[in-house]
Amino acid sequence: MDPRDRTTRGGEALEVVAGNGLLDRRAFLRGGAAFAAVVSGYTLTKSAAAEPLADDPWSRMPGAVSPPYEQRSRFEEKVARTLSNPQGETRTSHARTPHHLLNGTFTPNGLHFTIVHSGTPDIDPDRHRLVIHGLVKRPLVFTLDTLARYPMLSRMTFVECGGNSAPMFSKEPIQASVQALHGLVSCAEWTGVPLSTLLEETGVDPKAKWLIAEGADSLALSRSFPLSKALDDAMIALYQNGERLMPGNGYPMRLLLPGWEGNMNVKFLRRLKLVEEPGMSYYETRTYSQILPSGKAYRFYFLQEVKSFITHPSPGLALKGPGYYEISGIAYSGNGRISKVVVSADGGRSWAEAALQTPVLSKAFTRFRMPWRWDGGPAVLQSRAWDEAGNVQPTRAQFVAVRGETQKVPPVLGFPNQHYNSITSWAVDSKGEVRHVYA
Amino acid sequence: MSTPKVQIVVVVLALASAPALAEGPGLGKLIDPPEIAAWDISILPDGTGLPPGSGTSAQGARIFAQKCAMCHGENGKGGAFAAVVGGRPLTDGIDTVKTVANFWGYSTTLFDFIRRAMPWQQPRTLANDEVYALTAYILALNKLIDENEAMNAQTLPKVRMPNRDGFIIRFPDKL
Repeated sequence: MDPRDRTTRGGEALEVVAGNGLLDRRAFLRGGAAFAAVVSGYTLTKSAAAEPLADDPWSRMPGAVSPPYEQRSRFEEKVARTLSNPQGETRTSHARTPHHLLNGTFTPNGLHFTIVHSGTPDIDPDRHRLVIHGLVKRPLVFTLDTLARYPMLSRMTFVECGGNSAPMFSKEPIQASVQALHGLVSCAEWTGVPLSTLLEETGVDPKAKWLIAEGADSLALSRSFPLSKALDDAMIALYQNGERLMPGNGYPMRLLLPGWEGNMNVKFLRRLKLVEEPGMSYYETRTYSQILPSGKAYRFYFLQEVKSFITHPSPGLALKGPGYYEISGIAYSGNGRISKVVVSADGGRSWAEAALQTPVLSKAFTRFRMPWRWDGGPAVLQSRAWDEAGNVQPTRAQFVAVRGETQKVPPVLGFPNQHYNSITSWAVDSKGEVRHVYA
Repeated sequence: MSTPKVQIVVVVLALASAPALAEGPGLGKLIDPPEIAAWDISILPDGTGLPPGSGTSAQGARIFAQKCAMCHGENGKGGAFAAVVGGRPLTDGIDTVKTVANFWGYSTTLFDFIRRAMPWQQPRTLANDEVYALTAYILALNKLIDENEAMNAQTLPKVRMPNRDGFIIRFPDKL
């Protein structure tokens, strides 16, 4: 026996824990070397290298100077957001996160999703102001400089558009990548001033029950949110993953309402007015209210409910022959921490519990991982998440029974409805190609 | 017997927390309502915040033709952008296009959105009379008010929108 054939080395065999080759997630807990020896699928029975190894040109001369702000490798330029409105026509622009080309839990700032309804304003931070007024004891105005002197905190939080995953309202599965289906959610570490600190300073009139937040963009985008959220975990975010907010994410400051509908996290925030009743703005009473099959509509959905989807593999990431793969994806809930994710490789007939990458943080992306040995046959991959409040991600059938589906197949960039959170299914065929299916 | 001890603890906590509050950053600058007036365009459904002024559908029709029809079509029937008249029953499907007539719950939302966001390329350039007139025009086009009824701070909040009661609060415990 060739000693380089590592599949025959003495490592312990991994238990198959569910149909179609799902392996025991506890493999991840055992330390790298033993695990790699067992499952990495090496079959080096013959030398893989046709030529002896030699230095490449970049190893034979000094490299580039470090730039003041480093750009990624030129080989990574395909890792990019997809744009719904690249020419900047007079309509909303969406830039979607390429989840299938990323790993981990933070979204790099240049790849964080953005939606802008009237373009991104070019705000001079020295001239920006935040006013807090209305039903307060002392109406106050803050500059960016003064806010930066307040006690800050950092929290990792996902932000998700209420319309993320909307193509899955289609009665037929739309053939699209995870980026097109689920690219309107991202996760970052946000640093800023708790809104409760500023409200302590203004004082709150007991009559106040809501706040109306407004941006400095041309349409002065405005959303109402309850005072209870303002006093709970709302933040005026100034930093995104350690640097100042990206312009498309609200530079120089945005409202952060962890776990709540993206549109409510008002960007370019310039005004908060405390009021007795919600303003019933265009975006809250029209755009982000959802029609139900009965003809009634939800109002104030607010919460982004428990969701998960597999990013690896996914459409566009074909499997290259049978063997070991890591099934991996993202789970999150606006209700708190993810408590469990299960994965199926046989369309939901059998399930196995995935490993959750720690730390598992409240209202943040949790990366789940599941070892898998693909036998080369057809498989349907699914993930399903639970949150600590006991909420479970619905199957598509359960979801559609309540929320309905469209009678026609909508365009992939359309938003037939919102707040979609069912299980996503990827079918793997015998060639290793991955397609979106309903299962 | 243990009561005095508890009282002592409470006193100590109170003393400890009082100076902490006093030492807050306190960097916000007081601002008077007149200084905020240009930004303070929030309107509540009961009419709170509606400015003085008035306008009729006939006046609105002229402004619409001049400043709005290039996007929303002649007589509001839709063009490059949404129609402002008509709408299908919401029971047609969960992707039914939401319109002023079939969906919007409050007439004040119409005034608010026109004033803050329209015309798209020159937002907040309309006089309040013009915003009232355009609001009246769109409401009249949809037969939600009489053709001759002027819209102002008193009349607008009284307009009852057909879908006013068509909504279900999704998570009442979050409010």
